[in-house]
Amino acid sequence: MNAVVVATKAKRPFDVARIRADFPILARTVYDKPLVFLDSAASAQKPRAVIDVLSRTYENEYANIHRGVYYLSQKTTDAFEAARETARRLLNAREAKEIVFVRGGTEAINLVAQSWGFANLKAGDEVVLTELEHHSNIVPWQLLRDRTGIVIRAIPVDETGTLDMDAYAKLLNPRTKLVAVTHCSNVTGTVPPIKEIARMAHAQGALVLVDGCQSAPRLAIDVQDLDCDFYVVTGHKLYGPSGTGFLYGKAELLDAMPPYQGGGGMIRRVSFERTEYAEVPHRFEAGTPNIAGTIGLAAAMDYVMDLGLDAIERHEAKVLDYAHKRLSEINSVRIVGTAKDKASILSFNIGEVHPHDVGTILDREGVAVRVGHHCAQPLMDKLGLVATVRASFGVYNTMEDVDALCAAVQKVQRFFG
Amino acid sequence: MSDLRDLYQEVIVDHSKRPRNFGKPASVHQHADGHNPLCGDTVTVYLTVEGGKVAEVSFEGRGCAISMASASLMTEAVKDKTVAEARAIFEHFHRLLTGKDEFPDDALDKLAVFEGVRDYPVRVKCATLPWHTLVAALESRAEAVSTE
Repeated sequence: MNAVVVATKAKRPFDVARIRADFPILARTVYDKPLVFLDSAASAQKPRAVIDVLSRTYENEYANIHRGVYYLSQKTTDAFEAARETARRLLNAREAKEIVFVRGGTEAINLVAQSWGFANLKAGDEVVLTELEHHSNIVPWQLLRDRTGIVIRAIPVDETGTLDMDAYAKLLNPRTKLVAVTHCSNVTGTVPPIKEIARMAHAQGALVLVDGCQSAPRLAIDVQDLDCDFYVVTGHKLYGPSGTGFLYGKAELLDAMPPYQGGGGMIRRVSFERTEYAEVPHRFEAGTPNIAGTIGLAAAMDYVMDLGLDAIERHEAKVLDYAHKRLSEINSVRIVGTAKDKASILSFNIGEVHPHDVGTILDREGVAVRVGHHCAQPLMDKLGLVATVRASFGVYNTMEDVDALCAAVQKVQRFFG
Repeated sequence: MSDLRDLYQEVIVDHSKRPRNFGKPASVHQHADGHNPLCGDTVTVYLTVEGGKVAEVSFEGRGCAISMASASLMTEAVKDKTVAEARAIFEHFHRLLTGKDEFPDDALDKLAVFEGVRDYPVRVKCATLPWHTLVAALESRAEAVSTE
């Protein structure tokens, strides 16, 4: 057991000006206006440390990993496996072998659904989701339902975007085998009480999968303390390269799971009669992975751990509070999602103006936001919305960014007022 | 401001706020539903074609200013036109928005206000959705009577 959560201890002071200087793209302009990047929830920008590691790897220390008998292959393998240890530290997992590298959050959830789900679930078994989920934590379970006849249920949210925990308690029953829940809604920013959700699920004998794609860049995470069974992280929202990510699974669960994809790297011995599979985690890593990308992801994880996840959480909470306050002062703005526990994602609408028009006008002001249904159509339906404007904040965002957003929003109001 | 005004011309903002010919008629002869799954815009076009001419046209829908204004201005543009003329207007409209025509054809008349959309490639579909839906509505009947 690792009693100490190293991931949250900052190694450098949280100085936004210095942090901004770490991200080369923030120096550029858009339509001759400074870039105000408020779309980190879709994909975060990359610090120099990550960009440099990618170049350094390709320029100086790249070869295919595992089984190579030569120097470069060994060095690259070492760097790749060191990334596994970095991921373990980020989540405070017990062992590095509990980290399985994948292409992103979507692949991690599909892996659990197709491997653990198909091996363990049968017709009539229930998987509990929430109305907050991204399509990537809905569709993999529907694909599994089509193959097995499982039943999918969803914990409802109220109009603030808060999960109805009483309804959750009532949904749980002996047929419940898995609860799959986001750790931070990509639309409303809601942070559900994961520890409580896991405790209640375990009391029914169900496992818990947590979609941490939005929380990993924003919150200090300790999978042992949360006591979740699976935790999903994508790399590109965590300031790392796209096409990277990992699945955390408790060792005893991963050990018992059949392979997800078949191919090279996941075997011990192959003949045409039978194949012996490799140990965890390699059993789940068929084919050549995103080698440099994963090494780059480790640099991104080191970057956020050096800043300290607690410090990041505090900084983004301040920016979020300020944005809430400033936007609420604009009379045509209606904020979507006002749960008590929220991370730095803020959805809103401006009167009757369609979010796509808002997005276009903001863009001309250099303000990059996301508009649309955010791949969460069941949540949109529940909230009675077609789309929202979403501003999301990262380590590099400032109060000035919020001011620029509000000025641009006022321009929308004037345009369509 | 001038940049955005190229896209959101007064006429477009006006039609998006107060769409003309909006609503479902008492009796529907031909209709079609259009949907842009990317942004969730929906539009339904209702048509009455008499003697080869668009006698009645209206629409319902939800969407951005560009799609709603395009639908509204479309209904004004095709009313009392022959089916062939309506299709020709769409052809010119499409050519203008995709940059194949540098200048608006005279046949476009008021629809020339959408010229600025071509500088916003992701928004072209917003403007053309009502037109594709109109064509589908025309064909919903045309197929049945195509043997004439």
